Parts: sequence; C-alpha cells; structure tokens
Amino acid sequence: MKCKWEVPIKMQNATSDSTCNRKLQSPNCRITRRRLLIGAAQAGIAASLSSYQPSLIAKPSPGLHEYLIWDVHGHLNTHGDTPTERIDNLLKFADRMGIERVIVFMGYPFTHDPSPEDVKRQNDQVLQAIEQSRGRAFGFAYLNPKHTEESLEELDRCIRDGPMVGVKLWVAVRCHEKCLDPIVRRAAQLKAPVLQHTWYKITGSLPGESTATDLAALAARHSRASFIAAHSGGDWERGIRAIRSATNITAEISGGDPTAGVVEMAVRELGAERVVYGSDFAGRSFASQLAKVLGADVPENTKRLILAGNIKRMLAPILATKGIPL
Amino acid sequence: MIIDVNVSLSRWPFRRLPCDELPWLIKKLRDCGVTEVWAGSFDGVFHKDIGGVNARLVDDCRKSRPVLLRPFGSVNPTLPDWREDLRRCHEDYRMPGIRLHPAYHGYRLDDPVFTELLTQAEQRGLIVQIVVRIEDPRMQHPLMRVPDVDTKPLPNLLAVHPKLRLVLLGALQILRGEAITQLIRSGEVYFDISTLEGIGGISNLLVRVPDDRILFGSHSPFFILESAIFKLQESELLPAQVNAITHQNARRLLKTTAATKTRPGV
Repeated sequence: MKCKWEVPIKMQNATSDSTCNRKLQSPNCRITRRRLLIGAAQAGIAASLSSYQPSLIAKPSPGLHEYLIWDVHGHLNTHGDTPTERIDNLLKFADRMGIERVIVFMGYPFTHDPSPEDVKRQNDQVLQAIEQSRGRAFGFAYLNPKHTEESLEELDRCIRDGPMVGVKLWVAVRCHEKCLDPIVRRAAQLKAPVLQHTWYKITGSLPGESTATDLAALAARHSRASFIAAHSGGDWERGIRAIRSATNITAEISGGDPTAGVVEMAVRELGAERVVYGSDFAGRSFASQLAKVLGADVPENTKRLILAGNIKRMLAPILATKGIPL
Repeated sequence: MIIDVNVSLSRWPFRRLPCDELPWLIKKLRDCGVTEVWAGSFDGVFHKDIGGVNARLVDDCRKSRPVLLRPFGSVNPTLPDWREDLRRCHEDYRMPGIRLHPAYHGYRLDDPVFTELLTQAEQRGLIVQIVVRIEDPRMQHPLMRVPDVDTKPLPNLLAVHPKLRLVLLGALQILRGEAITQLIRSGEVYFDISTLEGIGGISNLLVRVPDDRILFGSHSPFFILESAIFKLQESELLPAQVNAITHQNARRLLKTTAATKTRPGV
C-alpha cells in the first residue's frame, strides 16, 4: 500500500518551487496552479490524495487539486506586521490546500462593538490586503449597524466606490433589529450579499450575537437581498432548520468543529445550491473545514457547488458591475 | 501508513454519524490510508455496564479487517469494582491501554480515586488515554452539558508516576502555551491532533511540542477523518516529522506494552 504520508512531503517540495510561485502570480493563476499541483501529484504526494475516497456511497473524490475552491470566510488574524504580509502568509497556506480565492473581512484586532472610526480602520486593512493579493482575495465590508448612517457611508466607500463585494456583520447588534434595514436595502441595491455571523450557544451568547432565527427574521423583510448564514448557526442542527424556509439565505459551514454530518444535513434540508464552503481562517484551519465538504457523503457535483460554484453564482452580479471576470 | 489513536466504535447517542456502523468505518479508514486504529467505544462514555462495553469492543476489534483495531477499554472509577474492569482490560483482553472519560464519568483529576487508577495503570504498563473533550460545549444537548476536563492536576500526578505514558485526546483547542509546555516537562505526555486548529496548526504546535509527542488522532467517526489527514498537508512538515506523527510515535509507545506482542483480545 502506498504510504499516505508521502503526500504532504511532496506537496511541500512542489509549492516551494520558485518558478511555480511566480506563475501563481500571473492572471492565469488557476490554470497554472492546477498544473503545478498535478505536477506534484505526478511526483508522488498528492497522488495518494488523488486516490483517496472519502465518500461511502458517492463515487470516489479526486484530490484537492482537482477542485476549484473559493473560501467564503476568512480574517487577517495571522502572523505579519502589515495586511500585505498577513495576506501573503495566508495565501501560502491556501496554495498548499488548492484554494484559488478567499474572501476576507474585518481587520485586527477584533472588536465586538467597533466605533465608526474603528470600522473604517479595519476595512482599510482589508482593502490593503486585497489590493496586494493579485486578485486572489475579495473583501466584504465590515459594518456596525448600531451606527446606521456611518455604515451606509462605509458601504458606499468600500463597495459602491471600492473593490469590496459584500457585507460582513458580526456581533455588535442582533440582526433582526430594525437598524439593519437601511443597510440591507443598500446592499441589495448594490447586489452585495450580506454575510451575518450566527451562533446558538447553550453556554451563553454575546449581547449582540445573532442566531440563525434572527437572520431568518431579517431575511423575511428583505426578499430581494441575498444572505449568508455564517457558521450555519454554530449549532448547525438548529441553524439549518432555522433558515430552511428562508430561500434567500445560504448556509455557510465555517467555524465549527469538523463534526461528521453537517454538510449531509445542509444539503438534504436546503438543497445543494444553498450551501457554501468557508473556513474562518486563520483561527480555523483550511484542513478541518475542507474536510466537511470533501469527507461528506454527497454527490461529486454537490461538492463542487459548495466549494466554489454557489459563491461564484452569488457574486456574479456584483462582480459583473465591477468588471471583474469570474 | 497511519496509526489513528483516537477512534470510537458504536453509536453517539445524540445524532447518527455517517460512519457509526463498523463496516462503513472500516471502509473509510482503509480508503484514507489508515492501517491501524486505537479504538475506544462511545458506549464506554455513557453505559454503566462497562464490562459488557469492553467485551463488545474486543469482539468488534477481532472482526476488523484489513484495518487493525486495537481495543482501548473504558474504565469508570466511580463505578463499584472498577478495578476488575481494569484487570480484564490488561489480563484477559491484553489491551495496550485504556481510555478514560473523566468529564462524562463525573470525577476530577485531583480525586484520590483517579490517582489510584493511574497508579494501577502505571504498574500494569498500560497506556492511559484521557479524553479532554468530545464535543464543543457550546453545542451540546441542553440536558447533557459536559465541561472539558481540567488538566491542571496532571503535572503533579505525572511527577509521582514517572513510568506513566499518558495520551491526551481532544486537548489542543483547550490547552495552549505554558500549560502544554508544563505537561511536556512533567512526564511522558502525548497529544493527538484531532482538535488542533488554526492555519498551519501542526507547524505552530511544533514550536512548543516536540514531534515525538504528537500523535495522529482523528476523533472519527464523530469528526470527519479527512480533517486530520488534511492537517498533514496544510503544514510544511519534514518527512521525519510526518513519519513520527503518523505512526512512529504510536508504534514506539506500543512497543513498550507487553500486551501488543500478540493480537489483542485473541
């Protein structure tokens, strides 16, 4: 039997190749990286991942390098003195895991209830990071809905007039509150999806922390807006149920432990087109979160939708307005 | 070759898991390149008839092919006559070790009965696995809230049990920094990677933990097996480090256990 552990060793050699890294910086990076990883597979390591068969019922999955992967949920909370250094560091790990593009939001340090000035400072960090990412990172604008007018100004600055393509809302205020309505209306006008942190915690939530039930209430008031339930409600067996009837909410699977069954339930209850992959890097690993999809017992085409197809479809309208090719 | 030191058989009571039937689990392990497993039982977490749990565990491990399953029996020192369960694990079933669930069984690591259990396990040369966490406490069933195991008493216990070989399962989201360093210095303590998180998690861990103290553990089938496997790819590891984590450390641990000279339970 071929030793599985050969895989990372060879990958390490492949991704450290300077020629390949230069090619990754080209506009054609997806194809080039694929070639690179296929080369690695031929060399040995990824070959064993290519033959690995996570699914019990569906056909065997190919290796990581065979997938197009966009990570919907990430942060700059990693090593580095500047946003540029941090996104470079993150993308090195993304390369190792075959991830083509990432979506980042919120700067550093995290603040639960940021002032308008702090929101702007954090968005500037993200703007700097995505500018230096050679097209591999998209940004979502972080807003604090308590400050509605400032949020609308920031939304215009970062999305209407800037390169960002979505909205991130965290734990400053529960999302069923009325103060979110102007922000959501504006986001919908700009075709920007709204990604809302959601988590049910029996250990107790933060005062402004939303549940998936809160998000369903907000989504019901804004049928033309597009929402992403970050973490699928945390307690995903509750969260998936909470958003089941809200067809303008997509479940995003990041942030929780790699508990078996999460993707299977999401696909069963919501349909394959309402589930997207995200990791919540750098606090979570790409590895544990990718495993939720690649280890799930769902059809191969469903995995591809979750890993990239669905978020590409969701972002297509706003990317088109900005002239960014998919 | 991969030796997975953190796998559980039988059913998790709060949800069906995709691989909670033994044939499916074996297929998954085999397809992912796992050749050997240290297997405990979810029944050992919840059942009071621990004797029956361990007998079934041994029986299931006997039937497993082609993946080698080594049974790690449960011992609950809050139950009457727990010493007999320990004796059976060692003498009758020739297990290489035992798996403990202090949080679910309701004792602390500074309880005298735990000290006695460690002493007996050390005398018998058994590997002791302590499950620090099974499930994220934020998401447990509201009527079954179980805290993580408080490992603070361990350094003192290790100091008086110098021959003890201790494996902490699911500890690496909870233990960080100096707490890990102190444990490493206190005795022969190992950590599995099942709950290790963060970008480049294994690389980060190696800054503080020597590679001869890290074991491949997936917490399968509760966790998705691929999670642990992909962690080996995410970090830039030297071949010697990968070999140590995936199988050499586990194999070295087993070599010091007389019970493993024959297939356990046979």
